[in-house]
Amino acid sequence: MTTPVLSVRDLVVEFPTRHGPLTAISGVSFDLAAGEILGVVGESGAGKSLTGSAIIGLLDPPGRVVSGEIWLQGVRIDQLRGEDMRVLRGRQVGMVFQDPLTSLNPLYTIAQQLIETIRAHLKVSASDARKRAIKLLDDVGIPAASRRIDDYPHQFSGGMRQRVVIALALSAEPALVIADEPTTALDVSVQAQIIEVLKEQCTQRGASIMLITHDMGVIAEAADRVAVMYAGRIAEIGPVKDIIQNALHPYTAGLMGSIPSLTQEENRLVQIPGAMPRLADMPSGCAFHPRCERVFEHCKRHRPELISVGTHEVSCWLYKEAGGEATTP
Amino acid sequence: MSQVVTFLTSEFFYKFRRSPVAVVAFIVALLMAIAAIFAPLLATQNPFDPGSLNLMNGFSIPGEPNQFTGETFVLGTDDQGRDVYSTILYGLRISLFVGFSAVMFAMILGATLGLVAGYTGGRIDSIIMRIADIQLTFPAILVALLIFGIAKGITPPSYRDEVAIWVLIIAIGLSDWVQFARVVRGATLVERNKEYVQAARLIGRKPMGIMIKHILPNTLGPVLVIATISLALAIIAEATLSFLGVGAPPTQPSLGTLIRVGQGFLFSGEYWILLYPAATLLVLALSVNLLGDWLRDALNPKLK
Amino acid sequence: MNAPDTKPLIQVSQLTREFDVSKPWLNRLLEREPKQFLRAVDNVHFTINKGETLALVGESGSGKSTIAKMLVGLLEPSVGSIVFDGQAMRTDTSADMQALRKRFQMIFQSPYASLNPRWKVGKVIAEPMTMLAVELSARQIQRRVDELLALVGLSAPDADKFPHEFSGGQRQRIAIARALSASPEFIVCDEPTSALDVSVQAQILNLMRDLQDKLGLTYLFISHDLSVVRHMANRIGVLYLGALVEIADSKTLFTHPVHPYTRMLLDAVPDLSMSGRERKRVEGEIPNPINPPAGCTFHPRCPFANSRCKSEVPQLKTYGTGVASCHAVEEGRID
Repeated sequence: MTTPVLSVRDLVVEFPTRHGPLTAISGVSFDLAAGEILGVVGESGAGKSLTGSAIIGLLDPPGRVVSGEIWLQGVRIDQLRGEDMRVLRGRQVGMVFQDPLTSLNPLYTIAQQLIETIRAHLKVSASDARKRAIKLLDDVGIPAASRRIDDYPHQFSGGMRQRVVIALALSAEPALVIADEPTTALDVSVQAQIIEVLKEQCTQRGASIMLITHDMGVIAEAADRVAVMYAGRIAEIGPVKDIIQNALHPYTAGLMGSIPSLTQEENRLVQIPGAMPRLADMPSGCAFHPRCERVFEHCKRHRPELISVGTHEVSCWLYKEAGGEATTP
Repeated sequence: MSQVVTFLTSEFFYKFRRSPVAVVAFIVALLMAIAAIFAPLLATQNPFDPGSLNLMNGFSIPGEPNQFTGETFVLGTDDQGRDVYSTILYGLRISLFVGFSAVMFAMILGATLGLVAGYTGGRIDSIIMRIADIQLTFPAILVALLIFGIAKGITPPSYRDEVAIWVLIIAIGLSDWVQFARVVRGATLVERNKEYVQAARLIGRKPMGIMIKHILPNTLGPVLVIATISLALAIIAEATLSFLGVGAPPTQPSLGTLIRVGQGFLFSGEYWILLYPAATLLVLALSVNLLGDWLRDALNPKLK
Repeated sequence: MNAPDTKPLIQVSQLTREFDVSKPWLNRLLEREPKQFLRAVDNVHFTINKGETLALVGESGSGKSTIAKMLVGLLEPSVGSIVFDGQAMRTDTSADMQALRKRFQMIFQSPYASLNPRWKVGKVIAEPMTMLAVELSARQIQRRVDELLALVGLSAPDADKFPHEFSGGQRQRIAIARALSASPEFIVCDEPTSALDVSVQAQILNLMRDLQDKLGLTYLFISHDLSVVRHMANRIGVLYLGALVEIADSKTLFTHPVHPYTRMLLDAVPDLSMSGRERKRVEGEIPNPINPPAGCTFHPRCPFANSRCKSEVPQLKTYGTGVASCHAVEEGRID
């Protein structure tokens, strides 16, 4: 079995406050194989963006990684600081964020930004770098790339800008691309285009993608596997089709049911009562238990760990290792 | 009661408790305010009542018994036999009264104009802002001097001393309103586009109602910060004007006037007539200023 | 959903709104530039029947928010009229307009910006009553606030709290309570769940439907999310760059879309049921609304465009139970 591109083990992220530390991510573990697209889906407050930030070392202080291991292409990176992290970030990990306006420096042309990044991580001459940059823009679908490369970010439309951001993320030929809500700020008709570009270009270059979003539709289109996060932990992880059609964790099932269908008439949407708990008011045991229809006593006191059930991994007391329903009291 | 409890356990009060600068500055400012309010009770005499003075007490050295009358004055006396400690207390009163009133005046005038300018927009906004810009090209002190001069010209001489304090307040207030107007206008422009304002318009609320009931409460945060720092500046402005002789008159002297009077005696050795009022002014202005600075940082959500 | 009445409650005709987006006079003088206008809403017609939910769907620049504002008297139309139960909608605060205002309300997109952060929740909910239902006593208002809080799934003590003490979903419930307080018949919902998480959205949408059944409300539901609109609406209008390109029954629109833009939009929506349906690649992006393409504004992106489309603006024509404005459909060039 080849080494996964990214391997996260028991990641814990805390925010110290005057009332004591708040645990924002409490024990997240997953692998991302080479060439795979892993979706990380969750509602606001679930900790999905934080997971992405923690992996590339861009946590906003005072947040910090308290424990856990992060391995990138077989090398441990969670202990890296400063300059080492910066080099790594550009070369091995590319990033695509939600807002293309803040990802691109408005004062420099696209050419300048692309070439700077390319030359910072690859040993090529200036003219070679420019050629590479033009090819990149062409690949992501910018028409008349050789002319438009000298434009400024504000001269591009929203969708075009996001394509440029993808080009920038891929310019140093990274092994991993972390995309955090890459289509949320775009119109529906453009979202589909951007997802397609992201998928195509990363697959072509052999880069894996960690796709973080709240939009299950985007995951359905783009991802191979999906991790569903709830209150700082992974509730369920598995192949996209399996998760959508046969969710095991009650939260995942509720989530899928609450999304209105494009193809069927429904009278009522599935409704999960309550809301995701605040970090300061985390319930004991399983964080989802106050909202769960199938809760029983054990759930209130003990926190479930991720176990394999068929093609999924679930953290829920309803299930037992090696498939099948658990012997619930 | 529960509101007090809520305040004491709030984030704001926690930050306050943890900042030694803020706590000390607040206590000092508070003590001075109390001293000013209770001046008649705390002073040993009313230094501006000529009948209670004894010329023989003049130039007493601080802490030492007077060579003629044997009375001891903790901070000494001036040329007329006025107890410096008492004059400081009364002077503090005037300084704080003028400072507060000037800031109140500037705040009310500036906030009103800023609110109207921001909400109405268009011509009225342009006119108000141009007036503000023009005023900013003149140094505040000059504006105050100008107003003072005009007031002096139109007031009969016998009333001048009485009216001086009010003219001072108006002068300093008029030189200071612009920053309030700008801040309130900025906040108004932001709030005006928010949906709660649209919701209010939707039910037919008139612009005046929206400005006062909806927008104004949301502009008060930054106003509070500016008001505190303005207070320190107003106190110093008043002292400057009084020092220049166009402020509080000797019959109702502020700390600035006392400094002016004391300056004449500095080189003849009676340093205490200048030193103590000056030190008081310094401490007062510094503590209010530090408090204002801390408040600005504490209320700034981006610095978290 | 209830079967709606056939008497139109709202009639919108020739609704147009232009904005002057010219540079300041001095700049125009020095740069020799003409005035520039943005036509946000272009000659829109529709009716809404009592008891039904009409949805307006569109992407950015479609004009849906502008239409919403005009429908509730927050904005004056440049051309055209809005008639509410026989009475013309205006933006002034005269006595007859105030009487009309009691009958409609709006729910906004942002649960954070739509409630005044300095007002207590009870005051927020009571405001429409204090402004429009002046005959109520303070006691009656207080009681009604408690009723409304219960109706939207909150509780009476919540009236003394401030908005920031509530989550996004709860705030939107407060906004709904406010919208209902003066007992309106018609509510414009401008993207009411776009800022909410999916599971919270489900709660709010269910609540809105329950309230509609219970109180006989009429909704104009504005959204960019087609699956939400399918769930909520009887009829759907599709907007592109300020113009209505198609109106159809909810079911018909999704099974047999007529206009090429509608088809493209449906193709672009991700398929959660993973049915593996055949999807066409989406072309281009929305053009700059200040300088829209000539003729049919959709023609640069349309696979069926011909020379007529580039010069002549299509009119709304009836097809089956709906309407659409497309030359290709009219000429029978598409099925």
